[in-house]
Amino acid sequence: MASLDTGDGGGHKKGPGVKKAKKLSTRVDMTPMVDLGFLLITFFIFTSTMSSPTTMDLNMPKDTDKKEEETKVKMSGALTIMVGRDNNIFYYEGELTNENASQAFKSSTIKDIRDIIIKKKKEVESRYVTDAACEAKAQADGKDPKDCRQKDFFVLIKPTEEANYKNVIDLLDEMTINKVARYALLEPFDTEKELISVSQGAAPAAAARRNKNLMLVVWNFPTPASYN
Amino acid sequence: MPKHNIAKKSTDTDMTPFVDIAFLILSFFIMATKFKPAEAVPITTPNSVSSQKLPENDAVMISIDKDDKVYFSIMAQKDPQLARDIIKAAAQARNIPVTDAQVAGYFPGDMIGVPFNKLGAFLALSADQKKTYVQEGVPVKDSANNELYYWIAASRSVFAGQPLKYLIKGDNVSKYPAFKAIIDALKKNDEQKYNLVTMPEGAPSGTELWVERNTSKK
Repeated sequence: MASLDTGDGGGHKKGPGVKKAKKLSTRVDMTPMVDLGFLLITFFIFTSTMSSPTTMDLNMPKDTDKKEEETKVKMSGALTIMVGRDNNIFYYEGELTNENASQAFKSSTIKDIRDIIIKKKKEVESRYVTDAACEAKAQADGKDPKDCRQKDFFVLIKPTEEANYKNVIDLLDEMTINKVARYALLEPFDTEKELISVSQGAAPAAAARRNKNLMLVVWNFPTPASYN
Repeated sequence: MPKHNIAKKSTDTDMTPFVDIAFLILSFFIMATKFKPAEAVPITTPNSVSSQKLPENDAVMISIDKDDKVYFSIMAQKDPQLARDIIKAAAQARNIPVTDAQVAGYFPGDMIGVPFNKLGAFLALSADQKKTYVQEGVPVKDSANNELYYWIAASRSVFAGQPLKYLIKGDNVSKYPAFKAIIDALKKNDEQKYNLVTMPEGAPSGTELWVERNTSKK
């Protein structure tokens, strides 16, 4: 059966000298190809980086020593968020004084802070009295006049020396997520440092250092319209 | 005994559609894959909702690794000479010049994390040696000797007039003071606009940004 036709086979129907065309199956064994295909799929799945990195804008103001160039913040609309070590977040609303420190100074987590930001923002917006000048200006600049509603709302982000970079970025990202128009990045005051270290269970020695480099920094986040 | 005649079904299934799909997926992954260039120092960046693409040209990147070491790299894939000019200018400013031969070993995107007094020796290393060489990071902590300042000043002078972006890429677990030292070095150079490198993530549902993004698309 599976032998070469030598050509002298007697009794062949087609006669001598006519070679018999051997019928080969047209089926090819695909298994090795499929194996290789899946090998490559696995390889590409494991090596591929689906999402390419993105960047977020960050605009810092110039440092200034002049009092009149500093940004004024209304205490009623201020929310101070401090970042401690081990993802600890602390916050207080308005002003921190010796009397109210025990109640006002609260601890939170990066997950819960969003609700606090939203709550505070809503509260500030509810106190908004129509400011025609601000709305006209927003209109002229091509911004949403609704942003005027939160013109008194100001978030102060104060990372301590032990703060994680991730937490700081997460907080900045919260500003975008919750559309906080005004926020700043600054150094915590000595009193705040002390409260943080007490809350974290460490000796309040670090807070004794002089807070000489107090910078007031305002981050003007781009308005959502400038996103491409 | 009556014979039960069970119909013998072939165990062969037609694999063609299966194979078709497999190769479709394969081609998708081949197309979609963008190989990451091997990084000397692995840095896991935080996530953010931002959707701007990372520029590959006309930018300098300042990286912070998990041990708070700071690295400087020049993103100028189009023109490697630009990157080499920056290195020469920076080293010159510190009176520790590097030669052309040393600088030739630098390719855009490489991370430099050595103080200026070790720069020449570091650049002279071969590519393989650079991979194993443990860099100590650009000194930034001491504000009087913030070497990053010279790097940025040199980049500014080489890029004079052209737009230059400052990318800051920090590791999740790096500490805030390193970031602040970088900001200080940039501010000393009168640079106030930076780009923070992050990985994309979606806006959390229910938030204002989410509402905005989901309504404007319609």
